[in-house]
Amino acid sequence: MNLVTIEGLTVTYGGVTALKNVSLDVNAAEVVTIVGPNGSGKTSLLKAIIGAVTPLEGSVKTKQGLKIGYVPQRLNLDPTLPISVGKFMRLSNKINKKSCLFALEKAGVPELIAKQMSELSGGQLQRVLLARALLGDPDILILDEATQGLDQPGSAEFYRQIEKLRQETGCAVLMISHDLHVVMSTSDRVICLNGHICCSGAPETVVAAPEYQELFGTETNGALALYRHSHDHKHDHSSSENTEAVN
Amino acid sequence: MLDDFMTRAFIAGLGLALVCAPLGCFVVWRRMAYFGDATAHAAMLGVALSLAVQTDVFYGALIFAIIMAWATTQLSGRNYAMDTLLGVFAHSFLALGLVIVSFLSGVRIDLMAYLFGDILAVSVSDLSIIWTGTLIVMGLVAWRWKPLFLSTLNEELSYASGYNPKREQLFLTIALGITVAVSIKVVGVLLITAMLIIPAAAARNLARDPELMVFAAGLVSCISVIAGLRSSYIFDTPPGPTIVCVALFIFIVLNIFKTLRRLAR
Repeated sequence: MNLVTIEGLTVTYGGVTALKNVSLDVNAAEVVTIVGPNGSGKTSLLKAIIGAVTPLEGSVKTKQGLKIGYVPQRLNLDPTLPISVGKFMRLSNKINKKSCLFALEKAGVPELIAKQMSELSGGQLQRVLLARALLGDPDILILDEATQGLDQPGSAEFYRQIEKLRQETGCAVLMISHDLHVVMSTSDRVICLNGHICCSGAPETVVAAPEYQELFGTETNGALALYRHSHDHKHDHSSSENTEAVN
Repeated sequence: MLDDFMTRAFIAGLGLALVCAPLGCFVVWRRMAYFGDATAHAAMLGVALSLAVQTDVFYGALIFAIIMAWATTQLSGRNYAMDTLLGVFAHSFLALGLVIVSFLSGVRIDLMAYLFGDILAVSVSDLSIIWTGTLIVMGLVAWRWKPLFLSTLNEELSYASGYNPKREQLFLTIALGITVAVSIKVVGVLLITAMLIIPAAAARNLARDPELMVFAAGLVSCISVIAGLRSSYIFDTPPGPTIVCVALFIFIVLNIFKTLRRLAR
């Protein structure tokens, strides 16, 4: 059975539609990446899955007893807030120091356990957030632009770690990413989102789709996406020869 | 023992110190400093209405502090930012309160007592209100500690862990409302934020752990209350502001100490 099944999801914020009629499945052990310009509803989609927004229409179903490991974009870590990495990890219930250290090892940063959260670098913080998500052996990891603020080598390294974890633990991965290069090489499936699902499929299919190129440009396979577009764009199917892709 | 007004002042002040410590830490961590201030201002309308219907100001202050806190939590993010709404409500509630008080003829009302507090006028029944409030708030914070903390760090993380951060925010809001209401007689509307924030800010230099920081903030507030009351007695200064001055003094000393230690390393 699918881990997550989304059908006809519509999400609005005070009259503004963030997502319209989105349907999506995530299967076990699958790596699905969501790409899309700013304001395209990527984060809303993840929020709907973890129950942080209530859908206006449609449904979000998760497998019975699904364990989600969530990696947020960043923390609101005020400099006046003293907390060690170990303590932060144990803010969930029933976590002992041993499993905490084990999760940090899996994320590649066991040496950080006694450090203060406010002393971590951007890359270290992301690893700790990843480690926290790994507590309790999740069936699916959900990452919201987890490499934001990391440099190119840093984020590449981070994605290699995710890939390694998937191979080791067999958990599914659903992530939002802007690092198109990396994403394309590691994902099983790419969803191109802009309020609705513009196109989806294997990375190479999506890159070739006119809807994708319209959003991200054709040069360098979209790696230099400039996000110059209208949010209520219409796909110009008449001018394109390849009109098969999902709308 | 409770017959002595100084003893009552000490007991009231210590109750306040204990209620402000955990909440003050959350206020600082969540960058809600202005929120506490606004809630306290809004409570003045409650005070005025309580005086109008001749009931204990505690109830009016409590109701309006909570209404204000709840309204801003609900309305923010729609058309106005949180701090804009806080500004609108806080100052208009305060102004309304002052206007209503001016209509109350016959009774001579010392509004300064509610703006700056009059810890020396605390009665035995005030003491029971203060300590009941203190214990409720401390219990509330202890009960919701982990989820409150997690929702402070990241809302989505909190959802993913099965907590509702909006509900946690409401708990904090109610706790803040209770704190404002019990503190009104002791330090007064204008100084409540100071007692919430200064000890918590001072405690940051002492602790590397959130629970320890709450404990240290409690310690700083207790010392401020005791030393503040003693000095106000000796120097014949107003007690509420004196307590805050002592807290400020501790804050400065701890920061100098921290800077020196960093330089020495």
